[in-house]
Amino acid sequence: MIQIHCPYCGETLPELEFAYAGEAHIERPLSPSEQSDEQWAEFLFLRENVKGPHFERWRHLHGCGRFFNAVRNTITDRFYITYKAGEPRPDLATLLEEDK
Amino acid sequence: MTRFNALNLVKNALSGHKNWTEQWPESQPKAEYDVVIVGAGGHGLGAAYYLAKEHGITNVAVIDKGWLGGGNTGRNTTIIRSNYLYDESARMFDHAVDLWQGLSQELNYNVMYSNRGVLMLAHTVHDVQSFKRHVHANRLNGVDNRWLTSEECKEFCPPVNIAKDARYPVLGGALQERAGTARHDAVAWGYARGAAERGVDIIQNCAVTAIRRHPDGSVAGVETEKGFIKAKKVAVSASGHNSMVMSTADVRLPLESMPLQALVSEPVKPIFPCVVMSNAVHAYCSQSDKGELVIGSGTDQYVSYSQRGGLPLIEHTVAAISEVFPIFNRMRMLRKWGGITDNTPDRSPIVGKTPVQNLYVNAGWGTGGFKATPGAAHTLAWTVAKDEPHPINAPFTLDRFRTGRLIDEAAAAAVAH
Ligand SMILES: Cc1cc2nc3c(=O)[nH]c(=O)nc-3n(C[C@H](O)[C@H](O)[C@H](O)COP(=O)(O)OP(=O)(O)OC[C@H]3O[C@@H](n4cnc5c(N)ncnc54)[C@H](O)[C@@H]3O)c2cc1C
Ligand SMILES: [Zn+2]
Repeated sequence: MIQIHCPYCGETLPELEFAYAGEAHIERPLSPSEQSDEQWAEFLFLRENVKGPHFERWRHLHGCGRFFNAVRNTITDRFYITYKAGEPRPDLATLLEEDK
Repeated sequence: MTRFNALNLVKNALSGHKNWTEQWPESQPKAEYDVVIVGAGGHGLGAAYYLAKEHGITNVAVIDKGWLGGGNTGRNTTIIRSNYLYDESARMFDHAVDLWQGLSQELNYNVMYSNRGVLMLAHTVHDVQSFKRHVHANRLNGVDNRWLTSEECKEFCPPVNIAKDARYPVLGGALQERAGTARHDAVAWGYARGAAERGVDIIQNCAVTAIRRHPDGSVAGVETEKGFIKAKKVAVSASGHNSMVMSTADVRLPLESMPLQALVSEPVKPIFPCVVMSNAVHAYCSQSDKGELVIGSGTDQYVSYSQRGGLPLIEHTVAAISEVFPIFNRMRMLRKWGGITDNTPDRSPIVGKTPVQNLYVNAGWGTGGFKATPGAAHTLAWTVAKDEPHPINAPFTLDRFRTGRLIDEAAAAAVAH
């Protein structure tokens, strides 16, 4: 079973406590009425679907209930890092270097 | 190629089955093809077969990064049914079920289609209401489906537990009698053999790394591990990896790839006469001709290409199976595996033309595309040959995610298989 570190609780817990919440760092448009249909399609439906390191959101559903972000490798399912919502997107090259 | 018939079977039995000829040759890529199909699953091989047979286009290659039928075609739980809610889906899946009926004869290859019936169990008042709505909608579309009481469910499939105090009480079920199962590998092999017989090259162990385009944007061919292959038209049918392959042609697809798992038990004597699905508790079960219970699980919640899947899902599935069929709770499971399914936001496929001239796509079949194999392949071949949508695949455009005309089977049916 995958073990996930909640950056709020500071604990590493089984995946069953968590809910996946899709790709991370997708921002809702600030002025929705000015968006074209293409832009809406992109915001609502288009995802990177990366094979490799993937930025994604998780929620500690059966714990503190809070949303946080993570970088996980979608080939091995291993997490490189989890970090609090609102924190900047970590630099991937540095993460992969540290992981070696 | 040897045709299979009783006389040939007897002759080969007498010579110890040592003299069967090969079913398709091991092809190497030619410099150029009229059509290249990426992905030798049932859909891709079937499309090649129909291109050759019905449209006279035989200068075709089907290219796979692994072995043919080694993707989801060879990994699925083979449930075939067409009782989908929406008109568009009903037409697509019922077209496939029509073709399934005669497929063994058509291919001269036994795909073991068995219309043993698919029974979907209702466990809550909500299930009962929505399944009855399905039954009515299906009938209006000419798709067979009928309502059974819980006693009738038990009669149709004796291992089902209909006790009133069961954890998941059975309040009734919807039965499609024309539905059933088929032998997954045989579908890939039968189409491969039929396509190869008509001149199609099947190229295995050769990943397509990119789609190359002309300066005017139209398709020029595919880059592969064995070099560049020129093609007038390219159709991508690479379940699980469609978004990656298509992004090399700058076409973004609204897909997320997730592992879906299945497992089989030790073989036992015939006990399970049909297919039973229980969407509410996530248990799907049938018995193969070898005697194994074939059990389907759910997808992981996250994007993954691990082709393995998480253990919690298996645990959940086995728990549900033991509740709905207590008779099986001491059965031993032999093995489990996963396949990568590509899922669209509305859980309906994307089939047809793309913004790139001469590039076609057959994607997003998610967790339920095996049943569609002959129908999807047949209509995809039409679209590639004529460069226009077939009336049946026409609604399944990529553009629907811009216009909002979704075919929302996700909400309507909680479709799993
Ligand atoms: C566990 C499980 C259970 C399922 N149960 C059912 C069920 O009961 N009923 C049902 O209807 N459906 C079911 N499905 C879904 C069904 O299996 C698929 O929708 C269907 O088989 C897809 O067929 P295909 O031919 O498109 O894909 P595949 O058979 O997956 O073929 C795609 C091929 O593309 C190849 N490929 C990928 N990338 C490349 C590349 N870059 N270059 C070259 N080749 C490439 C792959 O190697 C693969 O062979 C299930 C799926 C799984 C995983
Ligand atoms: Zn927490």
